[in-house]
Amino acid sequence: MTATAEKTDSTSEVGAVPTFTVTLRILRHDPEGLDGREAGAEYWEEFTVEAFATDRVLDALHTIKWEQDGSLAFRRSCAHGVCGSDAMRINAKNRLACKTLLKDLNPSRPITVEPIKGLPVEKDLIVDMEPFFASYREIMPFLMTTGPTPERERLQSPEERARFDDTTKCIMCAACTTACPVFWTDGQYFGPQAIVGAHRFIFDSRDEGEWDRLEVLNDKAGVWKCRTAFNCTEACPRGIEVTKAISEVKKALTSGEV
Amino acid sequence: MSPAPTLYRGREGMWMWLVHRTTGVAIFFFLLIHVLDTSLVRVSPEAYNEVIGAYKTPIYGLIEAGLVAAIVLHAFNGLRIIAVDRWTWALRHQRMLVWVVWGIFVVMMAAFLPRHLGHVFGGA
Repeated sequence: MTATAEKTDSTSEVGAVPTFTVTLRILRHDPEGLDGREAGAEYWEEFTVEAFATDRVLDALHTIKWEQDGSLAFRRSCAHGVCGSDAMRINAKNRLACKTLLKDLNPSRPITVEPIKGLPVEKDLIVDMEPFFASYREIMPFLMTTGPTPERERLQSPEERARFDDTTKCIMCAACTTACPVFWTDGQYFGPQAIVGAHRFIFDSRDEGEWDRLEVLNDKAGVWKCRTAFNCTEACPRGIEVTKAISEVKKALTSGEV
Repeated sequence: MSPAPTLYRGREGMWMWLVHRTTGVAIFFFLLIHVLDTSLVRVSPEAYNEVIGAYKTPIYGLIEAGLVAAIVLHAFNGLRIIAVDRWTWALRHQRMLVWVVWGIFVVMMAAFLPRHLGHVFGGA
């Protein structure tokens, strides 16, 4: 919504952004048990809001929180698809609430909003991300080198950079990991995101820790748990070819070449 | 109370993963029974004949049709998975390959079922 659009909105109908009514069906989780509920109760609650065609699911959640029910809990930070805080299951699919327009979701039917699956729910749409971050830490997501530090930057050709370009786009929103059917049933699995994070360093010509990471991923809970369901690739809000990255790690392990 | 969450709306890849797992488990149990009934021949050939005779009933005929369906799906989806693991082209076109698998499945079953069901119900 631009400032000009808002101005014309208040003065005349010319150029006005059309509004519509939309119902959000939110899966809530009440850890404290308020209003006579049991502690930890889960229930669906419907909210109806007026929305603009330019509004995203996040705007509707804001409207609910600010005008209807302040107890609704969800994470968001930048609200523009960069920080990766507001991944949630919208109409049964993982997406970022800040990148999903309401008008693209068939607003004539209630839009379901649930927390991402496979991580413990803390309240409403907020999950405990710690198991997810723990997997990321396991693959050592930092530059590992040997020898003395060079006086100037470590050079790399555009071709060398292109090898891991795709996996540098990750914002760690967990949409991929919590879309993975293997992750839902097996909490031990590192999950797609950790493998994407490892891929970013394994195929970086400046890094020398690739075999340490590949060893971690060769584990029972590593890349071999991937069943190529492609839910991760389809869920990624950054368009990373997650399954392809996992496949490249598998190939490095089978061929012994990076 | 804990209401049922929605079913994750995955696409072809997720459903084929489910098909692959289901057919795989079904084939495993068939093989288990098959190994047991075949090993009966060492115990008593009469008992073996009796058990094998049961396969000629129409109910087993239908189960056999299901078995062939499971094996055809599992086999061709297995080839799809190998292709996806091996070639980037297949990885990027995996959804289309799902429909290729189903296409082959339909053709093979169309060739197999009339003949098989003719044997089962025609009393040949």
